[in-house]
Order: sequence, then structure tokens, then C-alpha cells
Amino acid sequence: MAVLSPPKPSSDEDRIPRRIAFSQKVGRWDVKLSPYLYISPFFILFAITGLFPLIYTGYVSLFDWHLIAGKRAFVGFDNFDAVLHSPSFWKALRNTFSIFLLSSVPQVVMAIILAAVLSANLRAKTFWRMGVLLPYVVAPVAVGLIFGKLFADESGLINAVLTHIGLDPVRWHVDILPSHFAISTMVNFRWTGYNTLIFLAAMQAIPRDLYEAAILDGAGRLRQFFSITIPQLRPTLIFVIITSTIGGLQIFDEPRMFSSGGDGGASRQWMTVTMYLYELGWGNQKSFGRASAVALLLFLIIVIIGLINFLITTRIATSGDIKVKKSKSRNSNNRRTR
Amino acid sequence: MSSIPVIAQTAGKGAARSAAKRRKAKLAGPDRRPGWVTYVILVIVLLISAYPLYYVIQLASSDSLTIVRNPIPGLLPQGNLFTNFSRVFDSNIPLVKGFINSLTIAVVQSITVVIFSTLAGYSFAKLRFRGRGPLLVFVIATMAIPSQLGIVPLFIVMSEIGWSGKIIAVIVPGMVTAFGVFWMTQYLEGALPYELIEAARVDGASMIRTFWHIAMPAARPAAAMLALFTFIGSWTAFFWPFIILGSKNPTLPMVMQLLNSNYFTDFSLVMAGVLLSTLPLVVVFAFAGRHLVAGIMAGAVKG
Repeated sequence: MAVLSPPKPSSDEDRIPRRIAFSQKVGRWDVKLSPYLYISPFFILFAITGLFPLIYTGYVSLFDWHLIAGKRAFVGFDNFDAVLHSPSFWKALRNTFSIFLLSSVPQVVMAIILAAVLSANLRAKTFWRMGVLLPYVVAPVAVGLIFGKLFADESGLINAVLTHIGLDPVRWHVDILPSHFAISTMVNFRWTGYNTLIFLAAMQAIPRDLYEAAILDGAGRLRQFFSITIPQLRPTLIFVIITSTIGGLQIFDEPRMFSSGGDGGASRQWMTVTMYLYELGWGNQKSFGRASAVALLLFLIIVIIGLINFLITTRIATSGDIKVKKSKSRNSNNRRTR
Repeated sequence: MSSIPVIAQTAGKGAARSAAKRRKAKLAGPDRRPGWVTYVILVIVLLISAYPLYYVIQLASSDSLTIVRNPIPGLLPQGNLFTNFSRVFDSNIPLVKGFINSLTIAVVQSITVVIFSTLAGYSFAKLRFRGRGPLLVFVIATMAIPSQLGIVPLFIVMSEIGWSGKIIAVIVPGMVTAFGVFWMTQYLEGALPYELIEAARVDGASMIRTFWHIAMPAARPAAAMLALFTFIGSWTAFFWPFIILGSKNPTLPMVMQLLNSNYFTDFSLVMAGVLLSTLPLVVVFAFAGRHLVAGIMAGAVKG
């Protein structure tokens, strides 16, 4: 009794603050750690499936590494040497750039024009926008098969129409430039609508008073388009160009499906760099070392082109400070209205 | 008496509408209704974007001999569509398996991408922690990395752990994307007021409870769009599944590729396979296309 009674009040007094302290501690850790916990899935997964493979590519590229036999001898830069001295690599690089230019330039031009058409005060807006976007849901493999048939040399629809109107049929699957044109058409088919919507959104965010001022100054619709719309689209244009560069230089599905063999043509007329990478690694050679070397070289090319893009962007940004500020305020305006 | 309604129009019900009408009448700029030339252009564009799909139907309903003889297909579909469908099912290419695989991958990735991206986006947009700025910049920078180029080591790793040929090897690398994280960060920054989060915290909700009951519902519109993008991306992906899965356990794009390399002499069969593989996404597009349009346009202004 005497022993039990004294601690009672003191323990009660003790316990309550201690419990608060404990839950406070949990709460503090909850507040401190939760942010990191929530972003961790991305960083862990990226480290394992993105960053590590990219770094490890550099390691593999220094070895004689076989698909089945695995790692063999350290060969230094021999793989790079072999790749850089292989005519196939340069041919693949040429094809990739040719297809990329043939698809990106007309695509951006078409998308901007189409966006200008769609930005009119149309009836059934959503219908037209969806119609433009429809090709986006067709898989690149399917697009490759469909256009491979449309552009078939013997029994293709396009050659049939060409001969019907009195022109010579084109050897789409034989000649270099026609094959690149056909493959670029596939890319344009799938992506023009997507980019159109991006440009359309940017056009609608251009402040109306700019046009009103231009109209008061007597500018016609064409003049408005070139003097207001196009300059205001510049940030969007850069965004579209950068994303299409990253994707376009890695093109694989469409040229792979252009013929049933998937090898890029009899003399590799339309074999792209990624197709060459695949052929080195999983084709006859089964050389992971050389495939990795190609991957790194392509990575380097994409980074260099990205840097060039970046330099151009920053130059534009510093030369036209007012323009940048304007576009920023436009963005925040839009965010509010959404 | 008669002048009162006119005055009421400049201030009162319907004032905004009448003001807009007046403005529209004055403006020659982007607000005026376009003429028929615009619609003719749009109809032509629509025909170009829809015809390749119709061409698939034309060929898939035909037969191999007709296709070779008449490069210009008849305007209306022929009668062999269902015969060709059943020939695809009877072929030695596992179409049903491809469908189940594609559906599984697309559904699982859509769910995980949405959950993980919303979690990370909520954290970046609304929580304060050390290193937040640089880490977000890092996420954005990774979007510019062509991850397809790490394909060789990824293949080596997947083979080492015995995932080669299994769809889990396709699912895991795409369970969360930098694009998704960036997308949700951007959206939640504007869509979720701090007051709501603070109110939940004051009421004693834990961090994860606050996320689940406050952030998740607020994120719903952007999450639906992200799910849609992810689903389409998974459904149409070819390169990595093609490398890691092998022809015994294909996805639908691989089924199309296999049909083409095995039956390239019979294009009605190949195109029947293309039609069967493409139709599910076209149906999704018919119902959810407007959200896809809205998503692309919202992302464009923000990105």
C-alpha cells in the first residue's frame, strides 16, 4: 500500500506527457520521411531500369560479350573501332537522319497549319480534334504493316493510283529516298495530329489583345499568322522539336515492319541505327559489346543534338527577354482558368 | 418601359452572353465563324487520318488473290471478314495469349503509373523537404534520356533473374514514368489548395491518410488522363517486348509482326490480325477520345 500509493500520481503525470512525446515523435518522422517515401518508387525504379543499364552499357561496350556465352575478354575500344569502321553503321546513321528530317520538318509545318485551321471558331470542335488524333491509337507496328502494303511496289494502292493517272510507279522498296519517304509518311501519319493539338493549345493561349491590336493596325489574316502566331509559338515549337528528336532518332517499329523480313531492305536502304543495334545484338553476330557501342554512340548523338537545341533555346531566351516574360504570364493565366 | 430590357442587358442576367455576342460581331479575328472552305479542308484531313484504318477493313474482308489482282480495293468491304478472323484464331500465332498479355501489361502499368506518379507528384507539389528542387529537376531531366538505349544491360539483368520470356519483365520497367511524375506535379500544384491539406493534418490525419483522402480525389481528372496515355503507350509498345518476350509469349504488336513474317503472302489474314489488335484501342478512343484531346492540350500549355 505504502509502496503502491506514492508512485501513482507521479506515474500518471509522467505517462501523459510521455505518450504525447512519443506520438509527436512519430508524427515528426511521418512529416520528415513521407515526402521521400512517396518519391522513392520513381527513383528506385529509375535507378534499376534506367540509370544502371545506361551506365552498364558503357561497361559492356568494352568487352567481347556474347548473347549466350556472356562476358568474354576485355577488348578496350575495339567494339567502337569495329562499329565506326563498319559501312553499315554509317549507312544506318544516314538513313536515320534522312527519315528523321523527312518526317519532322513536314510534320511540324503541317501541324501548325492544321492547328491554325482548327483554332477557328468551328462547329463540333471536339469531333474534328478527335478526328485528327485518331491515328495516334494505331500501334506503330500496325502503321508499318498498313503503309508497307499501301506503298507496295507491285500490288500497292499508291503505285496503282500513280499508274492510273499516267505516272511511273515508284520502287518504294528498292530505291533509297522513296523508301525513306514511305517510312516518314508512317511517322507523319501517327504524330501530326498529336502535335497539331499541342500547337492548337499554344495558339489558344496567345492573348487576344495582340490580334486586336494587329487588326487595328490593318494587318490581314496572313500577316497576323506570321507576325503574331508563329513568334508566340516559339517555346512550343522548341518543345515539339526536342521531343521529336529524342523519339525520331530511335525509330525502330515502322522501318522494321516496312518489309516482311524486317532487315531494312536488300542493301539495308532503310535500316536505322536502332535496327542496326538490334541486328548486332540479337541477329547473326550476337555481339552485345558492339550493340552497346552503337547504343552509346546514338546516345551521344542525341545528347549533342539536345545541347544544340538547348543553346539555340537559351539564345532566343536572352535575346528576347520581354517575350519570355509574356509567355510566362500567359502560362499562369491558363493554369488559373483550367 | 420598352427601354428597360435593353438597359438590363448591359448589367444583369445574360449580360455576359450579350456582351460576348456584341464582341463577336465586331471581331474579324479568331472569334468569327469560318466559311465552308475550312470544313472542306477538315473533311479531307479526316479522310486521310481515317482511310488507312478503312483500308485495313477493305483488305481484311477480302482474300489474298483479290488483293494481288486488284491493288485498288473495292469501295465497300467484301464478305470474308469473319472467315479471315477465324483463320487468324486458327493460325499457329497465339492471338488470344497476345491479347491477354497486352491487356494485363496495359492495365497493371496504368494503375501503378497513376498511383506512384500521384504519390510523387503530391510530394513534389505540396510537401516541403530538403532537396525537393534539385530532385524535381532530375526527374524532368530523365525525360530527355533515351532509355531505350540501355536495352542490352536490361536484357542481361532480366535474363540473369530469370524473367526473360515473362511479361513481368515488360511490366516492371514501366511501372512509373518521369512523364507521369512531372504531369501529376504540375496538376496538383494548381488543383490542390494547401488549406485542405492543413485542415486534414489539424484533424489528426497521418501523412498517408491525408494523401489518400485529400490528394487522391483532387488528382482524379489528371490521373484519368495519365492512365489513358499509359494504357495506349503500353498497348502499342513493340521494341522491348519484342526483345525480351520471344514468339511463344507475345503481346499484340508482336502478334502482328509474327503474322506478317509467317503469312506475308496472304495479306487478308495479316490485316485481319491488325484489325483485331487495333479495334480495342479504337473502341477506347471512341469513348475516351475527348479526354485524350483535353489531356494533350492541357499538357502542351504546361509543359
